[in-house]
Amino acid sequence: MNPLSVVVRTGCDLFAWFMVVFGVNVLVHGYMTPGGGFQGGAIIATFTAFLLVAYGGRKMHGWANEKIFDLFEEVGLLAFFVLAFMGFPITFFYNYLVKPLSAGGVIPPAGTTALMSIAVGLEVTGALSMIILTMFRGIRMFETVPMKEEFGHDR
Amino acid sequence: MNWNDHLPALLLMIPLFGAFVAPLVCLLGKTTRNALLVGLSFVTLLVSLLLWRNVLIGGIAIYVMGGESFNLTLPSGMALPIRIVMEVDAFSAFMVVCGSVASFAGALFSTNYMEKFTGLGRFVSLYFLLTLGMLGMMITGDFFNFFIFIEIASIASFGLVAFWRDRPEAIEASLKYTLVSQVGSMIFLIAAGALYGKYNALNMAAIGSLLQFGVMEKIALVFIIGTLAMKCGSFPMHMWLPDAYAEAPSGVSCLLVAVSQASLYGLMRVCFSLYGVNLGGSFIPWMIISMGLASMFFGVTMAVVQHEIKRLIGYHSVSQVGYMLLGLGVGLLVLDDARGMAEYGFTAMKGGIFHIFNYTMYKALLFLAAGAIYYATGKRDLNEMGGLARRMPFTTAMFVIAAAAISGLPPFNGFVSKLLIYESVFAVHPALTVVALVTSVLTLASFVKVFQTAFLGPEKTVFTGVREVPSGMLFGMGVLTLAVLGATLFPSWTLSNLVEPAAKALVDQAGYIGAVMGGGL
Amino acid sequence: MIGNAPFFVVGLLFLAGLTAIFMEKNLIKIAIAIGIISSAVNLFLVALGYRAGGTVPIHFLAGKETLMVLPTPQAMTLTAIVISLATTAFLLSLIMLVYRHYGTLDVDEIRRLRG
Repeated sequence: MNPLSVVVRTGCDLFAWFMVVFGVNVLVHGYMTPGGGFQGGAIIATFTAFLLVAYGGRKMHGWANEKIFDLFEEVGLLAFFVLAFMGFPITFFYNYLVKPLSAGGVIPPAGTTALMSIAVGLEVTGALSMIILTMFRGIRMFETVPMKEEFGHDR
Repeated sequence: MNWNDHLPALLLMIPLFGAFVAPLVCLLGKTTRNALLVGLSFVTLLVSLLLWRNVLIGGIAIYVMGGESFNLTLPSGMALPIRIVMEVDAFSAFMVVCGSVASFAGALFSTNYMEKFTGLGRFVSLYFLLTLGMLGMMITGDFFNFFIFIEIASIASFGLVAFWRDRPEAIEASLKYTLVSQVGSMIFLIAAGALYGKYNALNMAAIGSLLQFGVMEKIALVFIIGTLAMKCGSFPMHMWLPDAYAEAPSGVSCLLVAVSQASLYGLMRVCFSLYGVNLGGSFIPWMIISMGLASMFFGVTMAVVQHEIKRLIGYHSVSQVGYMLLGLGVGLLVLDDARGMAEYGFTAMKGGIFHIFNYTMYKALLFLAAGAIYYATGKRDLNEMGGLARRMPFTTAMFVIAAAAISGLPPFNGFVSKLLIYESVFAVHPALTVVALVTSVLTLASFVKVFQTAFLGPEKTVFTGVREVPSGMLFGMGVLTLAVLGATLFPSWTLSNLVEPAAKALVDQAGYIGAVMGGGL
Repeated sequence: MIGNAPFFVVGLLFLAGLTAIFMEKNLIKIAIAIGIISSAVNLFLVALGYRAGGTVPIHFLAGKETLMVLPTPQAMTLTAIVISLATTAFLLSLIMLVYRHYGTLDVDEIRRLRG
């Protein structure tokens, strides 16, 4: 897919990284404003979609390393599981970091919820970006990879 | 810290852990991946057996996710259930044991069967997610959480049915399954939202205690039964089932059998423990009974004419689900009639529940045997097979056991559960027993045909290179054969320890509600 | 009566989606119809939680108000949106693979599994 015109590319340059920052804002403040893990992660994933549409597939696959998004997804999932497990002596998913608003402390009063928000956001970013990149690669796959019979195993 | 208290959550966390670390672990090579798959499935099986023993000894097990107590006592003294609660009674524990045995057998089988596929890291992840969804459906006590686990299991199974992505038929089967399943799930969500909107409670026990039968509850019940019967594969909505079971890889078909039983569990839980005495007459039980009859009859008549082996077994699945719906529908019919329940209703329920166990074991074994035939010979069509008994003795023996069990031949376990269903259903109306018996005879005919065509007869020249399947697959089939033979040789032990507590727990709506709401409505 | 307007819209959207699933021949249109049904159900869930005169159910932002709309249906809707996102992505990938294998997106042509 070819890159689009200069106007679109300039618009993309202006907004792409801002999108990431805005997504992180929505993600991190999930415990006190509307937003949170999934919403923030979806906004960050539009970064990938934006670049893909404006710059075209060839440049995107040369620039973006798909392993990064795989890593985000894995780290997010494992962080979620570890946070769930840390409440273990009482129950799973127990919110062991919650403190009332008046007691102060570094972790905000939402406790584990805020950290799990970040974990979920990482995971959703990685997953949605992988979906977009893989589906795009699938379109081009029809022309570049020949339609073989079932490879690797018998039919 | 008492491990026994945490067993319900451990049952869910172990497959969850397996699903999350599978992509990483699979980078380390084939042996690590197989060890993860088999090891964690075995640990899940152990945890489920321990949980079953706990529930038999200690009563209903309750686990609160994320909190210390599940009741919020308001200043007025009223107690509201909050937080997501897992409520495991004897019926749930029984289903969990069935499901984890099927999952373990499928995992053992898949270590060898999936050798030639690529992308196996994602396969292990999806397999564990499907196990997680199935087990979660069986132990949760919260209605929206039940919907979540249905969706987890459904999405994982969409991916697994389409896993053989080079075959166009597999993609088509998964597409049809996805479309039907999505519409069903949306309808279920409307019912869940409607019940929440009226009673302001998502906990199943809370809804059960507050429920009063009216027009909206009737509509919600019809939506719920429609969706859950679709996911079991009962008559009007069974079109996806033979396609999806036939096109999935065989280890996955084995697990999909258990997943459809989890939907049957949900159906029974809603009808018995949520609605219970508020079921509004005998219309719903008769509807379930007639869906059961139609599934039995149409399933087996379509199965007799099939010539592809897994599709044939899939159609038999439809007819066996009819047996369970029939038994449990008769139990539902006499739920508020103490004399009828003591005479034939309780026996019908015991028959239906025992049939769930038997069906999971022998149907999973049939799918694994069909997969073994395909792995060894490369053929799925019965017209091209013949004389395999000399080359594959173990597979033949296990297939004979499974085929005899499904046809209801004495002394196998299928005969025991079918006899319980026949004799109790006869008291409701003789015509029901006639249909059930005819179905059984047609099932026997169909499996005699399959056995004779595939295994007996002169050996074909194209099969001279066929050898017995590798040991992983034999162990997988062996686990299920052991379960079938165990239920065959010790039927009274199985009935009194496995089935009867489950049937008692299902009928006891007040106990289910009282465990969470604290006794007294 | 005017307060029930969201529920009428839910019914209309759901029926529109369901009709499209039965009548349409193109697979992409069927996928869009499933999206419409999901939107209808999400609207139903959010509309259930509304309490007249209520504000945002967050302590920080609500200030001095005491009547809040219910937050539980909002959580349910979020979960349902995430689920339908995953299913839509998967359905569209399946449709791409079907096109690759069969060469057509017409529902009547994709019938190799029959009988």
